[in-house]
Amino acid sequence: MPRIVFLALAVLISGVAAAEVADVYDFGDRAQEQRYQNLIAELRCPKCQNQNIADSSAPIARDMRDEVYRMMKDGAGNDEIVEALVGRFGEFVRYKPEFDSRTFLLWATPVIGVFGGLLAVAVVIIRSRRRAGAENPALSAEEKARVARMLAEKEQDGTS
Amino acid sequence: MKRFLLFLPLLVAVVIGVVLFAGIGRDPTKLESALIGKPVPEFSLPDLHNPDAMLDQSLFRGRVTLLNVWGTWCPACRDEHDDLIWLAEEKGVTIIGLNYKDNREDALVWLDRLGDPYRDIIYDPRGTLGFDLGVYGAPETFVIDAGGIVRYRHVGVINEAVWEQALQPVINELQGNG
Repeated sequence: MPRIVFLALAVLISGVAAAEVADVYDFGDRAQEQRYQNLIAELRCPKCQNQNIADSSAPIARDMRDEVYRMMKDGAGNDEIVEALVGRFGEFVRYKPEFDSRTFLLWATPVIGVFGGLLAVAVVIIRSRRRAGAENPALSAEEKARVARMLAEKEQDGTS
Repeated sequence: MKRFLLFLPLLVAVVIGVVLFAGIGRDPTKLESALIGKPVPEFSLPDLHNPDAMLDQSLFRGRVTLLNVWGTWCPACRDEHDDLIWLAEEKGVTIIGLNYKDNREDALVWLDRLGDPYRDIIYDPRGTLGFDLGVYGAPETFVIDAGGIVRYRHVGVINEAVWEQALQPVINELQGNG
């Protein structure tokens, strides 16, 4: 009996949870809906930071979703919609900040890191080669002739 | 050269340390307004006290004002209300209210009971002006200069310390220049 009560409760609660996140927007076609989903996934909620407005249930995130939807219906482009929200809430709402003088380091750090690492590896390799070269200098013509002679003698020894 | 290379990791650690240390103590939930240096957005919304009268952005012309965003649903607004009255009465600050996502009856009861520090109150039940101002949580307070340009935003409760450290210097500077 308690089990049935538990199940009934679970069913009830899951209905509430699902209803809370569902906004009802009507899109003409699948592509528009996908575009909307992409847009709200890359806009950040200013209230509950570190959530995008797709995930957030804050009232302000809801207002922002409404605005995105309204502008899409009015035929606005993606950039236009994002700019409109940045104009109100600041660069903070962009999960993908523009590349400019302020965000230069943010975007360039991974590249700088990779190239710095490669450079360090290259320097280490070149140095160790050079050192190995210094320890084993190339043989002179005279020494080469001597080696050839020794090898030839050894071969004779082996066959006899 | 070799000696210098040995100190390189230390140097990197110190630089990273300085950068990270500068971030300590900053409140990441307080964002700078995107409207600083821009005019108050255009709007046409009713007066809270008088539903037939419409207010617009010309409200902010002529003198330095505070625009305070509040609602009866907002506990922190109750917290700062007495300080707003103190500002209006003791400091002679002109405060314009933006009643945000609220309903008229509740707002009027609140003002009746707690006092009214506002010269005018804009009634914005759907939060449209709030949205255009980039309001993401009440209370928020904007300093607006005599030309209707947004100069500063404070997110959170106003109290004596906030007045002295943040708002008063901005207002003094604006009045000195104006």
